[in-house]
Amino acid sequence: MVMELGVALGKLQMKNPVMTASGTFGYGEEYADFVDLNALGAVVVKGISLKPMKGNPSPRICETSCGMLNAIGLQNIGVKKFLKEKLPYLRQFDTKIVVNVFGSTVQEYLRLSEMLDDAGVDGIELNVSCPNVKKGGIVFGTDRKVLAKLVSTVRKAVKNATVITKLSPNVPSIPEFSRTVEEAGSDVISLINTLPGMAIDIETRKPKLANITGGLSGPAIKPVAVRMVWEAARSVAVPVIGIGGIVKTEDAIEFMLAGASAIQVGTGNFINPRATEEIAQGIATYLEKKGIKNIKDLIGKMHVF
Amino acid sequence: MNSYFRAKVLSNTPLNTSTYLLTLQPVEQVRKPVPGQFYMIETGSSYDPLLKRPFSYLRRTPEGIQFLYSIRGKGTLLMRDFQPGKNVQAIGPLGNGYPNAGTRNTPVLIAGGTGVASIFSLAAQLPRKAYILYGARCRKDLILLNEVKELEHRDIICIDCTDDGSCGMKGTVIDALNELLTTDFSKIPSPLLYACGPKPMLEGLFRIALEKGLKGYVSLEEHMACGFGACLGCTVSTVKGNKRVCKEGPVFPIGEIVW
Repeated sequence: MVMELGVALGKLQMKNPVMTASGTFGYGEEYADFVDLNALGAVVVKGISLKPMKGNPSPRICETSCGMLNAIGLQNIGVKKFLKEKLPYLRQFDTKIVVNVFGSTVQEYLRLSEMLDDAGVDGIELNVSCPNVKKGGIVFGTDRKVLAKLVSTVRKAVKNATVITKLSPNVPSIPEFSRTVEEAGSDVISLINTLPGMAIDIETRKPKLANITGGLSGPAIKPVAVRMVWEAARSVAVPVIGIGGIVKTEDAIEFMLAGASAIQVGTGNFINPRATEEIAQGIATYLEKKGIKNIKDLIGKMHVF
Repeated sequence: MNSYFRAKVLSNTPLNTSTYLLTLQPVEQVRKPVPGQFYMIETGSSYDPLLKRPFSYLRRTPEGIQFLYSIRGKGTLLMRDFQPGKNVQAIGPLGNGYPNAGTRNTPVLIAGGTGVASIFSLAAQLPRKAYILYGARCRKDLILLNEVKELEHRDIICIDCTDDGSCGMKGTVIDALNELLTTDFSKIPSPLLYACGPKPMLEGLFRIALEKGLKGYVSLEEHMACGFGACLGCTVSTVKGNKRVCKEGPVFPIGEIVW
């Protein structure tokens, strides 16, 4: 059976809907031993800022039931080093390159986006939802006016790359925020980022993270993410990328039925470093088994009672 | 060669009330580890616990790879119930391993508690005269002491010590090192330290190294999600900025760590 697995997110044409979630896949090369990057729809790299950032003190992660908390604090090498040292590596592969960006002012997001667009990356994912930094990040994602200004400023400046806005789950209304970024011109919406959480060691009475709070990810958040993706997808016309606790093929299919045109695998990469490639194959097997010729016939095709 | 592989549990033997010797036999082609490297091992097949756990390898046998683990929490508690024949997923060998000593150096190895696993992997491959200082709280925590002592056949001098004096010298490995350096210092040409153990021990070692102008390496332990450099969860502060324990480590020059 000839199957169509390709999906289009605005101008971003991917061979399949499997992407990596920012912050869990390094700059791609960390997975060279495990995954054929050519098998993925897109690689989304670790969040990049204008200047390098050293991130939060340790401990930065802790495991919780069916999930984990992290407060890495957006440690990264900065855009210049990324363009010089990391981007050429990724270019060797037949996969799309999406760069997650964040800043502490609209100007910083703008400058970063322009630099990356000029460098020819396929997509720019605006991180407006990191819960672990004091300035920037989630501040932009939880105020609709600020968010709209940020998205529209970047959208106007970017010529070729697809602009993706990564939404926070920590907002009063996913449909309202989704419509806000769509109206501001975002080509695509991705969600969800991690849910703010915390854990305490009852023997030492110390928080398990040096940052005290962190972002919860992994299978524990999947039902919340599926619901939010469903809410977003039915509120906007632009494509939606589903993220949150995807470990196996079945999880990916569930998100697509809820309305996701593509999915990102995050914490799942830590459990199984080959997860992305296996899910890409698994989706093809599922479609074949169900006799579905085009993956589009899966997107948003949940049967409601 | 697969870095992410399936392995069969060959044996899982208690060495004392909380420490076990685990032997895994990879069922795929895998890379050979070097001393100081580690593996991420799956503890269960459900999502709780979610992440693999990092363990230094102890030694390679003709049948497989051996590890030491102590029961600390949910993951290691599940490992206790591993039965021979069980399949587990593992990732490795990971990390950098111990650098070789220069030909003029005398390696002085220091192991605290289950840190002996990593130090043993190194000791077993040393080609020349060396010292190994091995300490724990009490005799029953000096795991594999006989195996460590057997290294003496190969011109490796073993000094064991316990906090409670129930075996060997009474005191910590730091006390033992101080004594060795005070009494025999002139007899040890260019000592080069290699250490693995609890953080307070390594910090004590750092102070001695600083005081006596000694060089050496420490193997660090941190919580990590992936083990191969992607999550940035296991970073440590060094004089050259943040470094990943899993990738640039777990072995670092002792003077590089910001204690």
